[in-house]
Amino acid sequence: MKNRWVLFVPLAIMGLLFGAFIYRLTTPAETLIQSQWINKPMPLFDLPPATEGVAGLKSSQLADGKPRLVNVFASWCIPCRAEAPQLEALKAAGVPIDGIAIRDRPEDVAMFLREYGNPFDRIGADMQSSVQIALGSSGVPETFLIDGKGIIREQIQGVILAEQVPEIVAKLEAMK
Amino acid sequence: MKAQLLVLPLVAIFAVPLAAQDRLPPAPYAYQQLRDPAKEAEAKELMETLRCLVCQGQSIADSDAPLAGDMRHEVRSKLAAGESPDEIRKWLVARYGNWVTYDPPFDAATALLWFGPLIFLAVGGWLAFGRFRREPDAANDAGEGGAA
Repeated sequence: MKNRWVLFVPLAIMGLLFGAFIYRLTTPAETLIQSQWINKPMPLFDLPPATEGVAGLKSSQLADGKPRLVNVFASWCIPCRAEAPQLEALKAAGVPIDGIAIRDRPEDVAMFLREYGNPFDRIGADMQSSVQIALGSSGVPETFLIDGKGIIREQIQGVILAEQVPEIVAKLEAMK
Repeated sequence: MKAQLLVLPLVAIFAVPLAAQDRLPPAPYAYQQLRDPAKEAEAKELMETLRCLVCQGQSIADSDAPLAGDMRHEVRSKLAAGESPDEIRKWLVARYGNWVTYDPPFDAATALLWFGPLIFLAVGGWLAFGRFRREPDAANDAGEGGAA
């Protein structure tokens, strides 16, 4: 009977399994799918203007030596409205911002800009999400930090929070 | 008051859901098959093993999410342009990681899935072998294996 502890092995395994289940139930797995297209050049694209009065966006324009943000948004995206003040703050801090409007109509984009402000230098219309897919982006809003050479350095998924603004300004400054 | 109550359902019926719903028609190849049946068969096979980014339990072939439709358009357009299903899968994996494919490659993370059954079989075989071998002279080495 010297190996009586062996009898407790099944119980211990059950305990471990139980612990694992409880852990996963209380801390659900991350469901955000991060882009793997980081530290890689911007995919080639040439998007027409998303609305009247604002220029469209070409990938070659993103390698002009100035680090910038590319904001993937849509007028139908409710969280994008909440993000508008932070984009304004970034623009006020001197950060160039370009937009990519996903599956949007020109009149809807115009209304969105009228209501929530226009921090964008250029907005390209991505009617079939093709640039979004090429970027490895899985939703709106998402923001990409682009260095002066047109290389994507970071992806921010979801709404930019007010406390992230100084951090983003500093990061872009460091890329100069 | 009564009139208001009558109006409410009407408002509900005609209300446009504002949230997360774009107003563009689906991309051409989202719901339309390729002309070439052989290519469409390839597309179908590929799309059934690509994961939808929005409704994460479904393949893009199953999902009606706009982004899934756009991904189907992307897949069919690329196939029509002559790319192979393998190239398209690699193209997507380079952007979304192995997460996007239901046919993950063999690597460190999936090794246990492939070898797990073999390992369990080996352990089981080893245990069984030990037991069967001990049977005839069990009296002599009782207590040695413990598990027996």
